[in-house]
Amino acid sequence: MEDSVLKLKDFNAFFGENKVLKNINLDIEERKVWTILGPSGCGKTTLIRCINRMHEMTPGAHTSGQIFLKEKDIFGINPVLLRRKIGMVFQRPNPFPTMSIAHNVLAGYSLNGIKLSKNERNEIVETSLKDAALWDEVKDKLSQKGTFLSGGQQQRLCIARTLAMKPEVLLLDEATSALDPVSTAKIEELIFQLKNQYTILMVTHNMQQAARVSDKTAFLFLGELIEYNDTKEIFTNPRHKKTQDYITGRFG
Amino acid sequence: MKNSDKEMQLLKEEIYKMWELVLSQLEKAKQAFMNNDVDLALEIITLERRVNAFELKVDSNCENYIALFSPVAIDLRLVLSAQKIGIFLERIGDLAAGVARHITDRDKSRMDEQLKEGLDLENLFDTLLHMLSDCFVQFRTESTHAYRKILAKEEIVNAIYEKSFLRTADYLKANPEEIPYGLKAILLIHRLERIGDYCSNIVEETVFYVKAKVLKHKGKTE
Repeated sequence: MEDSVLKLKDFNAFFGENKVLKNINLDIEERKVWTILGPSGCGKTTLIRCINRMHEMTPGAHTSGQIFLKEKDIFGINPVLLRRKIGMVFQRPNPFPTMSIAHNVLAGYSLNGIKLSKNERNEIVETSLKDAALWDEVKDKLSQKGTFLSGGQQQRLCIARTLAMKPEVLLLDEATSALDPVSTAKIEELIFQLKNQYTILMVTHNMQQAARVSDKTAFLFLGELIEYNDTKEIFTNPRHKKTQDYITGRFG
Repeated sequence: MKNSDKEMQLLKEEIYKMWELVLSQLEKAKQAFMNNDVDLALEIITLERRVNAFELKVDSNCENYIALFSPVAIDLRLVLSAQKIGIFLERIGDLAAGVARHITDRDKSRMDEQLKEGLDLENLFDTLLHMLSDCFVQFRTESTHAYRKILAKEEIVNAIYEKSFLRTADYLKANPEEIPYGLKAILLIHRLERIGDYCSNIVEETVFYVKAKVLKHKGKTE
């Protein structure tokens, strides 16, 4: 696919002998929001952890098949470099507790030993916080610790920290599941804005969120990619009975 | 059974009851018309209020289901279709009551059996009853394999409707003193033809619900 930024080809993932992702083939277009849906244990989180090569950090975990980031096989890219290109935000906000808000945003640079001038630092902090829709709320307290922020603000700080590295793909693993509806709405609005610049792949159990936010939805079941399509199609006329049973809550 | 499934079942049952009532109203309209039964016609007019009440109930059930359960896929299509089918059934109920008023309004002594037979009205009523009951079976069984056959019956309705103008005109040429009644007869046939249209609309909604296929404005039997 011409506009494909991520491409999974005959991809499998294992925990020891246990095959948890089975022959996944998927093309993720640039600047689209994709949601991976599926019941617990279907392999959603494993899938996105494979995309930034975190899966292989688990003892006994391995993969087969290929994943391409803009036509480059990700398994040929240094994992640390790869994770700058493919940023990830987790379920629970995890700002570095000892760092200020500004230092949290710059953590990707400092932890990688990348030197920046003061002007560059200021610009990155401001741009990233603006992109994460947090700037107006924190611009006067950049030296305060990130952990003083509310849960929703902390999660946006984590998004700002990821955006600071100018990734090509943003992975969100249930990034709003620990947040209240107001914070969730802010993150959803943010996702909507961010898709102008980034390709976003998110995992959520909140189907209405998937319907509201994503352009495309993929349904995984027992490690198999059952179907993927425009979100509108998946939520109005899924092709596969398993998808219909899952989204209408009649699973099992 | 999950709470959402119970609510969905209640919503369906409300539609079933409304459908059965409207079918019975149409069947009674046929009997009242064919037998000049004014008492039965009055009963239809009285029961029209129940049809209206069902429409409000179906509407409110659909609204509540959307608000409380955020349905998707086949559930969403069911709710959307049920709301429209409720409207179409209510209109069929109105038209059946219109037929009943035609019977109660007119002077029984002036009823002309020759015109009634010439217009093929018994066949028209029967075709409409088949359409409405067949699409009820489709909806209940979620099986739409026969939808083309049901839609094709609208051709019979339309053919009777078209012929009715010529036959009424011929009748009125021969019986000019019957012109006021003849004009009312045309109105009656027009009401019955509208019922055929609504039955087709219901078939289209049922196909949308079951197969996610949009038939509206696409040519009835494509």
